[in-house]
This record gives sequence, structure tokens and C-alpha cells, in this order.
Amino acid sequence: MTAEKNPILFGRTAGLSEKVNNFCPGCLHGIAQRLVAESIDRLGLIGQTVGITPVGCAVIAYEFYSCDMVQAAHGRAPAVATGLKRARPENTIFTYQGDGDLASIGMAETIHAATRGENITVIFINNAIYGMTGGQLAPTSLPGQITQTSPYGRDVKVAGNPIRVCELLSSLDGVALAQRVTVNSPSNVRKAGKAIRKAFEYQNEGLGFTIVEILTTCPTNWGLAPNKALGWLEDNLIPYYPLGVYKDIKAGE
Amino acid sequence: MAKVTVSIEYCKGCGLCVQFCDQEIMQLNTEVITQKGYHPAHCVDQESCNACLNCAMMCPDVAITIER
Ligand SMILES: Cc1ncc(C[n+]2csc(CCOP(=O)(O)OP(=O)(O)O)c2C)c(N)n1
Ligand code: SF4
Ligand code: SF4
Ligand code: SF4
Repeated sequence: MTAEKNPILFGRTAGLSEKVNNFCPGCLHGIAQRLVAESIDRLGLIGQTVGITPVGCAVIAYEFYSCDMVQAAHGRAPAVATGLKRARPENTIFTYQGDGDLASIGMAETIHAATRGENITVIFINNAIYGMTGGQLAPTSLPGQITQTSPYGRDVKVAGNPIRVCELLSSLDGVALAQRVTVNSPSNVRKAGKAIRKAFEYQNEGLGFTIVEILTTCPTNWGLAPNKALGWLEDNLIPYYPLGVYKDIKAGE
Repeated sequence: MAKVTVSIEYCKGCGLCVQFCDQEIMQLNTEVITQKGYHPAHCVDQESCNACLNCAMMCPDVAITIER
């Protein structure tokens, strides 16, 4: 060992492949993806991790990680993860899903994997819209939010109320960790990284279902520049979806 | 002082690093157009960089390398 310090203070993590990601400029999917890849790397799990990509803007994210990846049918990532984890319990298994994928078409798979206490980690990207398909209303779109399919704003009398996924899942006994974070500032990015690493550690201790919900932006379909989108997230998404730990079976230990 | 390099392969000119650099030394370089058609970010004053890593934390494209 030399006493010399590593000259690289920050660089691309080995958890990412060398490919340029497909996300739009300024889309916070990119930060979330980097944090997941970095967590796998920092915990020394690259060789034993299998990720599952959703249908949505992260559909081809199997190109962007250096660990093994599987692509699931729309909303079915937790079911695929269940199969993988039961067949290969020694592997670390995560899904990475948008709010359309997880909370709309895939809500049944999500709730049942959670209540069964499947020992998997779900990374849930809540940007309050369907990004990939052009900005339709998602289960998580806010009351009054203008989308392609709610041009006058979400009318909760017609379209129902948004779903707060962490709060909903936190009532289930199979859930070991349910935490909501965001990546809209450097300090929040660091906190989000910690939450993701904690979820992977809980999984590797066999504690049960872990979910980290990450509030992100969709500058393209929100119709806002990347910096303005951060402001919209701060002013609208965080008040409706408060950050915090909703369930932690180790809390108080 | 730290050395901040932006990869023009990865940078999409979103400007988030510019917004979060308190030293105000990150700028979009309008003299350059990347292969994808963006003006990439660059550091205009390496001497003033305090290695806070804010720019790297906020880069969705992991385009930034910071060295001692
Ligand atoms: C069975 C099926 N139904 C519908 C679609 C169309 N579709 C593609 S992506 C998507 C929703 C994506 O939204 P979200 O999960 O929020 O992810 P984002 O793109 O915002 O990251 C939908 C409905 C599909 N591909 N397959
Ligand atoms: S459509 Fe929205 S969520 Fe999808 S990559 Fe673009 S900005 Fe991100
Ligand atoms: S490390 Fe900090 S001071 Fe240096 S360029 Fe990045 S944001 Fe600015
Ligand atoms: S945050 Fe990254 S992608 Fe955006 S302008 Fe800066 S270096 Fe380029």
C-alpha cells in the first residue's frame, strides 16, 4: 500500500457501463441511476447483483449498468424479481420502476410482493407523469396537474386522487424499509445514496421487502427547463409527497 | 484547487452543474457543439474550484470528473 491518496475525487462508478444514457437533458432519472450503480459498486455487489428494468424511460437501462440485468413486461418487475430471488437467494435483486409502471399497471405485483415480504429492493422513480409515452396522467400526478390527458388539470372527482406509495406500503408487515427521498440538491443526492445502500444492506441481511421512492423531474413532459423543473418539484411534489422514512423495521434499535 | 473535467461524450448541456456551482466557475461553452448537438459545460477557472463536488452530484449524465 502506498500512502498516496487517490487523485480522483469523483469519477464514473464501475457500476455504470460506458454507454451514454438515453434520458433527456437534465432528467433526474440520470442521478437516480448513477446512485443505484454507485451503491452496488460501493457495497462490492457488482458481480452478484441482477437488476430488472421496467417499461418506461428506463426500459433500456440494462445497457447502462455493469451488473446483470433483465427487462420485465410493464409493471411485472416485482414478479420477475420474486422469481429471481427465490431461485438465486444469494444474489442481490433490484427493480427500477417509474410511477406508471409501478403504481398503475403494476400495482398488484407491487403490493403482493411487498406483503409477501419478498426479499428484494424496489427503486421507485416518482416523476408524477408517464414520461416515455409523452406525458399522460399517472396515478401519482398531482390534483390540478396539467398533463396530456388532463389538459385542464387533474380533476380528482373524475380521475381520482394520487397514490402515496410509501405510505400505502408501510402498513404491510412484509415491508422492512419504505423511504422517500429526492435528488434535487447535492445534499439530497447524498441522502438518497445512503437510503439506497441501506435498502441493499437490509436485503442482504434477509430482512424483507425494501422500497426507496425517489422524487424526480420530467423536464420534457412537465414543459419546464431542467432548473425550473427542480423548482416545481420543490414547490409541488415534496409538499404532497413528504420526504422521510415511512417504515424501518430496525428503527429504534 | 481541483481539476474539473467534463466529458463532451456524456454532457447534454442541461446546465444543472452551472446552477449548483457556488464558485460560479461552471459555464456552458457556446463555442462548442457536441455530437448530440449540445453546448457542453466546462470549468472556466480551475484555480477557484474548492472540490465541493456539487456539480458532480447534480450531473444526470455522470460527465464530470474531479481530481486533486
Ligand atoms: C402493456 C403495456 N401497456 C402500455 C404501454 C405503454 N407505456 C409505455 S411506458 C408507459 C408508462 C411509463 O411511465 P412511467 O412508468 O411513469 O415511467 P417514466 O417513463 O416516466 O420513467 C406506458 C403506459 C406498454 N408499453 N405496455
Ligand atoms: S421523458 Fe421525462 S422522464 Fe423520460 S427521460 Fe425525458 S425527461 Fe426523463
Ligand atoms: S467541485 Fe464545486 S467548486 Fe468545483 S466546479 Fe464543481 S461545484 Fe464548482
Ligand atoms: S450537469 Fe452534466 S450534463 Fe448537465 S451541463 Fe453539467 S456536465 Fe453537462
